[in-house]
Amino acid sequence: MNVLMQRRRERLDRLAETGGAGEGKSLLAEAVTRLRRNPVAMVGAGIIAVFLLVAVFAPLLAPHSAEESFDALRAGLRPDSIPGPQPGFPLGSDQNGRDELSRMILASQQTLLVGVLATVIGLVAGMAIGILAGAFGGWVDNALMRLTDVLLSFPSLLLAISIAALAARASQTTVIIAVAIVSVPVFARLLRGAMLAQRSSDYVLAATALGIQRRHIVLRHMLPNAIGPVIVQATMVLASSILDAAALSFLGLGDADPGRAEWGLMLANAQTYLDVRPELAFYPAVAIILVALGFTLLGEALREALDPKSRR
Amino acid sequence: MLRFVVRRLIQVIPTLLLLSLLVFAWLRSLPGGPAGALLGDKATPAKIAELNHILGLDQPIWSQYLRFLGRAVTGNFGSSLITGDSVLAEIGRGLPATAELSVAAMVIAVGLGVPLGYLAATQRGRALDSATIVATLVGVAVPVFFLGYLLKAIFAVKLGWLPPSGRESIGLDATRVTGLAVLDGLLTREFDASADAFRHLILPAVVLGTIPLAVIVRITRASVLDVLGADFIRTARAKGLAPHTVRGRHVLRNALLPVSTTIGLQTGLLLAGAVLTEKVFVWGGIGTLLADGISRHDYPRLQALLLLGALVYVVVNLLVDVSYAIIDPRVRLS
Repeated sequence: MNVLMQRRRERLDRLAETGGAGEGKSLLAEAVTRLRRNPVAMVGAGIIAVFLLVAVFAPLLAPHSAEESFDALRAGLRPDSIPGPQPGFPLGSDQNGRDELSRMILASQQTLLVGVLATVIGLVAGMAIGILAGAFGGWVDNALMRLTDVLLSFPSLLLAISIAALAARASQTTVIIAVAIVSVPVFARLLRGAMLAQRSSDYVLAATALGIQRRHIVLRHMLPNAIGPVIVQATMVLASSILDAAALSFLGLGDADPGRAEWGLMLANAQTYLDVRPELAFYPAVAIILVALGFTLLGEALREALDPKSRR
Repeated sequence: MLRFVVRRLIQVIPTLLLLSLLVFAWLRSLPGGPAGALLGDKATPAKIAELNHILGLDQPIWSQYLRFLGRAVTGNFGSSLITGDSVLAEIGRGLPATAELSVAAMVIAVGLGVPLGYLAATQRGRALDSATIVATLVGVAVPVFFLGYLLKAIFAVKLGWLPPSGRESIGLDATRVTGLAVLDGLLTREFDASADAFRHLILPAVVLGTIPLAVIVRITRASVLDVLGADFIRTARAKGLAPHTVRGRHVLRNALLPVSTTIGLQTGLLLAGAVLTEKVFVWGGIGTLLADGISRHDYPRLQALLLLGALVYVVVNLLVDVSYAIIDPRVRLS
């Protein structure tokens, strides 16, 4: 047992108690009403909406492709200078004579994809473990929770670094997997706590007495009532996944292909040209910070909205 | 207390054993291997087999592990595949650098974080409070290595106030006693060297300390708010205690319990941040060893470092538990 594991465990268990449905309105409807009155939530949601729109319409918004190298830009490439903004290329060139603006726009797809995929994989695996542990209890619960405890007892970024470092070849897939594994125990513990809280409630008892199948009770009745805290956590994990993926790229554990347009990778590669053209680092960094901030703000607001203690 | 500490230390042994087995087996089960990494482009199957034989990597896994374990107990982790030096010596050289950086980072994080969190809580809802919350949210959203390069670009390159990298100015061959550069300068009365080391330390320490700082501010704020709303504070005020007595003995003392856990946890987490920070500032500590070891598949070094990381972690956790009992007499160590 160590304190990190214990603290993370306690925090998750406490968080798991926060998501029960209120009276009258459905959980979701009430949360949405509360969110709309919260300026923090609106700022967070606004930021994310903008980035999502850019990502969805990236191919239409980007004036050029992310891969194409332009003679006009390449002509200005010197060891000590990279061409800045000029007609047709509002953000100038990258280190290989490609249009920086197009790369920034198209990278939104890749970066959000890495974050979302890592989160979804972690979420699905974690939820599977959480449902099994929470629905069955007993030794299944015990065995699965010991497993998650081991993962919880390691610092998350160090765990991600170790997993990515142990892969045979650095690639975007290994980054996604490494970042996903880190969040598995978090989701598992969270859902398990929320499920356990539902298990002893009256409606589950009633459903069991009516002879409804256990699988149906677990998936149709308990799960929807236990999902609140998991959604909150997933929002937060989206932010940390994008940041962790960027850190892995910086350590050379990301995709080896320098042509790929992805903010973490672009930021990592730009460090070489910091003296020549610092903007190349600045643009992707600001994008990453804003996205991470947006998800964190939304997550905080969601947590508040779902917390029964702060309900009026 | 002593019995508690001893028992906890004994409990650590099976954990470390299990971890060593995991690290060992995991590292070796992967394709590529150290021989391929060492030979690089010149790798042919024959050469790889030859090198594997020299390194003892062609033996059965369990015999490799037992040999590794037997040596590890005596402090021999083998030689780094990159430098050929003994891993223990490498770690010995890197540890003071990382220790100095970590201590400085935590001094900043705790020294600023606790007062700031306390102030924010007492000014709840006012400008200072809101500004603090926004700052902590942004602080956690900034990639550590980008913050490093940003501060370096501003304060070292543009303004020239602080050195951009390294631990001391080139050519300044300061005498080493403890390996902690700032302390060494004071001990040997080479005050110039001490000041020089201090100037090198500022930027990396600020970068490494940012995330712990943000976390500590938030926890302190939340914790103080919790305590301020408690009945015993109202009672203390009602019975006419001086405001500073209420603040010091009642509010702070009760609020510091969760904060002390957070401080301990953040200290344990520093190694991950140090890997990034040391790379940015060419610091040459444990983090640098780890980053290089990863990229070159240096197994002996990675094994030793991962075990060391776990050991540090366990010790920090133990210290946190003990500090609980000191701060809160209600906590019994058993």
